Amino acid sequence: MQQDVVMDMRAPNAAAEAHSERRGVTGFGFYLYLLSDCILFATLFAAFAVLHAAVADGPTAHQLFDRRNAFIETAFLLSSSVTCGMAMLACDRRHITSALVALAATFILGAAFLALELTEFAHLVSDGAGPGRSAFLSAFFTLVSTHGLHVTAGLAWLVVIAVQLRQRGFSEGVVRRMFCFSLFWHVIDVVWIAVFSFVYLIGSAS
Amino acid sequence: MSTPAAGSPASTGVTPGTDNGQGHGSVRGYLVGYLAAAVLTIASFAAAETSALTPSSAIAAITVLAVAQMLVHLIFFLHISTSPNQRTNILAFAVALLIVSMIVVGSLWIMSHLHANMMPIDPQMQMNPQMQMNP
Amino acid sequence: MILGKLTLDAIPFDQPIVMVTCAMLLAGIGFVLGLITWLKRWKWLWTEWLTTVDHKRVGIMYVLLALVMLLRGFSDAIMMRSQQALAAGGGAGFLPPEHYDQIFSAHGTIMIFFMAMPFVVGLMNFVVPLQIGARDVAFPVMNALSFWLTAAGALLINISLGVGEFARTGWLVYPPLSELAYSPGVGVDYYLWALQISGLGTLLSGINLITTIMRCRAPGMKLGHMPIFTWTALAANMLIVAAFPVLTATFGMLLLDRYADMHFFTNEAGGNPMMFVNLIWMWGHPEVYILVIPAFGVFSEVIATFSGKPLFGYRSMVIATMAITLLAFTTWAHHFFTMGAGANVNGFFGITTMIISIPTGVKIFNWLFTMYGGRVRYTSPVLWTIGFMVTFTIGGMTGVLMSIPPVDFVLHNSLFLVAHFHNVIIGGVVFACMAAFTYWFPKAFGFTLNERLGKAVFWCWFVGFYLAFMPLYVLGLLGMTRRMSHFDNPAWTPYLYFAMAGAALILIGIKLQVVQLVVSIRTRRLRRDLTGDPWQGRTLEWSTASPPPAYNFAVLPVVDGIDAHWSARREGKSAQSALIEDIEMPKRSALGFVIAFLAVTGGFGMVWHIYWLGTVSLLAAVGYWIWQSWSEDDETTLPASEVRAIERTARLNTVRV
Repeated sequence: MQQDVVMDMRAPNAAAEAHSERRGVTGFGFYLYLLSDCILFATLFAAFAVLHAAVADGPTAHQLFDRRNAFIETAFLLSSSVTCGMAMLACDRRHITSALVALAATFILGAAFLALELTEFAHLVSDGAGPGRSAFLSAFFTLVSTHGLHVTAGLAWLVVIAVQLRQRGFSEGVVRRMFCFSLFWHVIDVVWIAVFSFVYLIGSAS
Repeated sequence: MSTPAAGSPASTGVTPGTDNGQGHGSVRGYLVGYLAAAVLTIASFAAAETSALTPSSAIAAITVLAVAQMLVHLIFFLHISTSPNQRTNILAFAVALLIVSMIVVGSLWIMSHLHANMMPIDPQMQMNPQMQMNP
Repeated sequence: MILGKLTLDAIPFDQPIVMVTCAMLLAGIGFVLGLITWLKRWKWLWTEWLTTVDHKRVGIMYVLLALVMLLRGFSDAIMMRSQQALAAGGGAGFLPPEHYDQIFSAHGTIMIFFMAMPFVVGLMNFVVPLQIGARDVAFPVMNALSFWLTAAGALLINISLGVGEFARTGWLVYPPLSELAYSPGVGVDYYLWALQISGLGTLLSGINLITTIMRCRAPGMKLGHMPIFTWTALAANMLIVAAFPVLTATFGMLLLDRYADMHFFTNEAGGNPMMFVNLIWMWGHPEVYILVIPAFGVFSEVIATFSGKPLFGYRSMVIATMAITLLAFTTWAHHFFTMGAGANVNGFFGITTMIISIPTGVKIFNWLFTMYGGRVRYTSPVLWTIGFMVTFTIGGMTGVLMSIPPVDFVLHNSLFLVAHFHNVIIGGVVFACMAAFTYWFPKAFGFTLNERLGKAVFWCWFVGFYLAFMPLYVLGLLGMTRRMSHFDNPAWTPYLYFAMAGAALILIGIKLQVVQLVVSIRTRRLRRDLTGDPWQGRTLEWSTASPPPAYNFAVLPVVDGIDAHWSARREGKSAQSALIEDIEMPKRSALGFVIAFLAVTGGFGMVWHIYWLGTVSLLAAVGYWIWQSWSEDDETTLPASEVRAIERTARLNTVRV
């Protein structure tokens, strides 16, 4: 049969459809990147699990970890995930002010998380429990810092998105990036669940 | 131009984070997820603190709670569902989960066996690596 | 401070072989740059190649990189063979051990990371979008970035030849030897930074191709209608996305040990060098399947085309491919049976290793059954295929032999092992790359290669391979270990002479490949591909012109079965009468090139502890990327009238067969 089927790309919603398809394609690719990131974290978790007892006659997890601090950090990060969700809802409604407020709240909560984490690190280092002290501490610092670096990168990304949102409103690119950012931010929180559960809680069991 | 043509089978998949290609859930969804996650988190910390559980049951409890929290995130925040459009995403997630398990479990299994077979190290016997260096 | 550890002493003036090589390399580079200047082609180079985002061009650049690095990696091989042949009878040969160690480390690193990987990735890049009826990959700019990051890594490795040194640890830099205490020089650092950079490129490419295959297929093309090469590309890219993060994390930990005084793999403070071995092989084993699975795909395409029959057992091929993909993640410990995990662990992994040979066997039978009953044309791609089937089977069998842990205890790290992995990599991956090169060359450039020379190349490689590596099996059984620069067992000498002769024959084969390329280009008018389908192919790439226009298909084909091009031809379908629309094309982008350039400066800076250079490069790369993201205007419209004009010209140049 002769191919005379015409794909009519001039349908009224063609442009919107093309945009949402591009967002779908980008989103899928970004999702794959996030899965690969989870595998990166899995490797660091495996290293931590293997090395968690290698304290080289130095301080142990039980001696070092402050669970209260970890709880507050968790509260901050979890809340920031929700505010991020609010930002996405505002994006759906194309409401710029709500979106910017929600993004700002996400930033503040994420920054607070980082501040607590950096303070904890500073204390550990000044107590002689820095990453070079033992294999256990190398693994701990690397795993938690890698997560922290992701949070930092996320905050920088958030600023860029907010600026672009203010400048040009909900353009196709901005919507796409907000979408990818929200995926990123939620997955970061999922990784943190593993961190506080397996490193801070289980890892510090005496 | 690299986007799929309309009606092509590839274009009908839905990315996680969207409710079947529509919006991003509802305020209620996020709040329910928030509450659930908060409760599970508090339970986790409580399980670690309490002396009512033996260490190994505490570990089991924390693990189960961690998995539950992750599921809450996946369902309420990332909107992963079992709809047919999400099949590829679930498949990808399942494979990733499999790989993650193999990495962690496999490493622990192999490394613990290696450890069991290695000579015990007398701290006094540990060589100073500086002595070993070739000039 | 300003130059970190870098001084003029970094240049190995006291090593004549290195100095001569560097001089030749610089002369060669100078010649090329001079040629471009003389021909006034700088603008063309920039607009057509350095800033292209066209998957076909990117694929060609990948393969070109691979061919150039083949020359470097093979030179290392020739030096190793010569050294071992000359060191017979207790002599010292001409390469001192500290130099020899760098050569075998560079040989492995270059061949795997900068020859085999770019070749395979380049083929997938070029072919897959055409096979699935797409216009490009899902993320064209990121695709170009992936290539340039790979090239950046290759450049760093090559710089290490003239400025500093390379690792002396073997191609997988095991600690504690690779730790600062035992490798205080810059060699391991060059290796680590180069591979982190190119590893990022590869990971991005994996994400790109999976998304392309899953989301950008032509209308009607279900997964079960995809060409087999596309299936194998999907499998390999799944392995890339799953395995490369492990590599990144593991090398990252080693970098932290070396730069930040951490103790993941050190001998002291609780470090565990064995964990490195465990983690790196968790990447390492999937890596070889990343290379060989697309190779299998190439052979499937080639043998179906040249037998004039559809591939036998399409479904079982797909299932076998996916089985191998999953199993690839369950066998890694067979690389360190002798490290001491004990019988339970070794037994488990020995069994999984044996199991993985079963789906591979299924594939061999499917290829044989494809040939059976077909009218086989014995072109050079088919010769490579048959050569592969014989050679890979032998290599696979020796692999299964070594999968038995007690046997491996005798053969681990002997030349038997070296022979095995060269057997499967050369017989599998390299032969596939050669076949694919000949098979898809006309699609890429519009004319076929000289076939007589092609056959000569095959025979040199084939006979040369057996001459070079079969003696190594014997040597392994006689007790010779790998990575030996000199030895004094006279019984080994004759075998090493044979091996040297084999290497020399392969060298002739490689020289003939260069000749073939030059001759074919010179006489290209005799072998123009005017139909777009010089081999009577079966899959969609053969329905485009050779070379295809930038947009690949003027009208996206609608597909309803496998071997879409073959069915379309049989049913007399043509796309000409369908409506041609405006086509959105991605704009050129300098992003890949610029970021990769900064990766080289940054990597170089980090290697030499020039920390300000590393930091500035990183910040500049991030800043540039953010700046580029400000523009959302990354597509340009090719009007339908122009598309019709291009198609009309192509039709005028076409001869209907």
